[in-house]
Amino acid sequence: MKNQDLNINKEYKYGFTTDIESIRAPKGLNEDTIKFISNIKKEPKWMLDWRLTAYNRLQSLKEPNWQKPKYPKINYQDLYYYSAPKSASEKPKSLEEIDPKILETYKKLGIPLVEQQRLNGIAVDAVFDSVSVATTFKDELTKKGIIFCSISEAIQKHPDLVKKYLGSVIPLSDHYFATLNSAVFTDGSFVYIPPNTRCPMELSTYFRINASETGQFERTLIIADKGSYVSYLEGCTAPMRDENQLHAANVELIALDDAEIKYSTVQNWYPGDKNGVGGIYNFVTKRGACRGKNSKISWTQVETGSAITWKYPSCILQGDNSVGEFYSIAITNNYQKADTGTKMIHLGKNTKSKIISKGISAGNADNTYRGLVDINKKATNSRNYTQCDSLLMGNKCGAHTVPYIKNKNSTSTIEHEATTTKINEEQLYYCNQRGLDQEEAVSLIVNGFCKEVLQQLPMEFAVEAQKLVAISLEGSVG
Amino acid sequence: MLKITNLKATINEKLILKGLDLNIKPGEVHAIMGPNGSGKSTLANVLSGKNGYEIEGEISFNGMDLNDLKIEERAQKGIFLAFQYPLEIPGVNTNNFLRTSLNSVRKARGEKELDTLTFLKLIKEKAKELNIDEKFLSRQLNVGFSGGEKKKNEILQMKLLEPKLSILDETDSGLDIDALRIVADGVNSYKNKENAFLIITHYQRLLDYIKPDFIHVLSAGKIIKTGNADLGEQLEKTGYANLS
Repeated sequence: MKNQDLNINKEYKYGFTTDIESIRAPKGLNEDTIKFISNIKKEPKWMLDWRLTAYNRLQSLKEPNWQKPKYPKINYQDLYYYSAPKSASEKPKSLEEIDPKILETYKKLGIPLVEQQRLNGIAVDAVFDSVSVATTFKDELTKKGIIFCSISEAIQKHPDLVKKYLGSVIPLSDHYFATLNSAVFTDGSFVYIPPNTRCPMELSTYFRINASETGQFERTLIIADKGSYVSYLEGCTAPMRDENQLHAANVELIALDDAEIKYSTVQNWYPGDKNGVGGIYNFVTKRGACRGKNSKISWTQVETGSAITWKYPSCILQGDNSVGEFYSIAITNNYQKADTGTKMIHLGKNTKSKIISKGISAGNADNTYRGLVDINKKATNSRNYTQCDSLLMGNKCGAHTVPYIKNKNSTSTIEHEATTTKINEEQLYYCNQRGLDQEEAVSLIVNGFCKEVLQQLPMEFAVEAQKLVAISLEGSVG
Repeated sequence: MLKITNLKATINEKLILKGLDLNIKPGEVHAIMGPNGSGKSTLANVLSGKNGYEIEGEISFNGMDLNDLKIEERAQKGIFLAFQYPLEIPGVNTNNFLRTSLNSVRKARGEKELDTLTFLKLIKEKAKELNIDEKFLSRQLNVGFSGGEKKKNEILQMKLLEPKLSILDETDSGLDIDALRIVADGVNSYKNKENAFLIITHYQRLLDYIKPDFIHVLSAGKIIKTGNADLGEQLEKTGYANLS
């Protein structure tokens, strides 16, 4: 970013009336920064106190270092923790200023021009009528009593819900990055589905229009009240331009009695170049609590971007008969690294969990599945089924599977299956002989390998995700 | 259509084909017979462009030098190989594979790609001709197929892609008599003046159903004898050992 940006002086502290378009907090992580963020968002005192508590706890926490991908030390005092949407003068003026490789990908994915411009943060003046589209959705949702807004708005308008549930799944001092997020989160989404309500649409269309520029410390909270259902889609299949290297988001899901939450992610942040220079560190904490009986939480993720992906979307199965699912595709190419998996904590009786993980490694990349299945003493008659498959392309990449399995009662069953295969030259030959070129052949075989996960995605997303799988692996086979 | 001149092929520093000549014209059916290890499958692999072989000599196909073309380009130009061991591709729906394949070939030929509905109509017709159950088309490609089903699937693909030269690499091996008849009927119904077949087999029995114009005996990487359909019956009685 350029220096012309306004750095707020210390003495200038909270009383700014400057053009908000170009405001950012001073560099560094300290109480003043947190107060700055809270103040600029006009947060109530309880929220500021909550953030400060997190900040204090952070002082006694250390960054975890057990993960496989290592990264250079991050200087937390050298980061900006709040940056308002950029002013028009700083944004790229047109798509001509964007990396042609990214544009090529858009073409292959069939992303409309307007969407391309939006993804790259190009200053477009009312090219499409997002306001009216958003309002239409909002009206329909409001009629059903569904709340879908930014977390900042929820803190203002629905403080009781936020107070009750924020941090109830990911506690304040959970671990370094989660706690950091609690102290400095900037924005994110809030969803509340009232009892016995089925959310009539995938909460994605709206998200795509509404919630860009949520920043590097995103916070999402989704509550499905008794007997309700919601499907939430996060992210976008198209590559996103982003200047923040560290991303530490927190996502909390709460499902009460008989409720179901389906959460799907397609992550395609900048992975760095062919030589592993640059790229996003995607250190995300995602956790869902199946708090009520017969509740269900299902995570589906397609992770193809970022230099380092480090995340374990998890389920705490508290309610009796509750169900947790995790479907994952992680693709790493060139010098990308992924250490991802899930935790299934069985606490209630007759709880079930299912883990299907597909890791694909190409180039010099490294892909680790790490997962915990923990069936507690009282979680009688519980079941887990885990299947981890790794596919290797070439001979410079790596695949690792690190399952932790604990069963503390005698009536529960755990099944674990794992395979590691290399992409088969004979299969490629067979496809080539039927007229498919190398890239089509790889795409077909890899999509077949990922099928069980891809079919979990909502229809319109699945088609794009399939193309994305192919694009992510381009040039990875001879 | 196909003219092979003094073809030599080496793999892992071992010379397998040692100067092979073969000339195939449109409308002809050629059979290659020969003992194990004589180079029959190598010939099929080399014609399809499989990687790993060092090639000397000329292979001309409709005026093109095949050595310049990649595997998929040869397929697109009309060379089809029915595999001895068709590959399983888990997670890939048979219909989806067949459509992707047909459309790749059509695209290369400058023809319009088929949409799903048109394709489904076409494939159902072709499957019916070969007595293939429709259900089998929605299964994963070759996964859990019996030997006979896999081979029938190869013939289905051949009829779908409409190649100019079809190479059948021991398609008869592992088939019971009913499947053998279906495969042979499939070949006979596709045979016409424009296209040609190269049938690689150990046994005479497939040739009882598909009448070849020429039979070549391959031994130690060379064609040592060429004859008409009667040669097959003769070999069946005397074996390969008495030749040469």
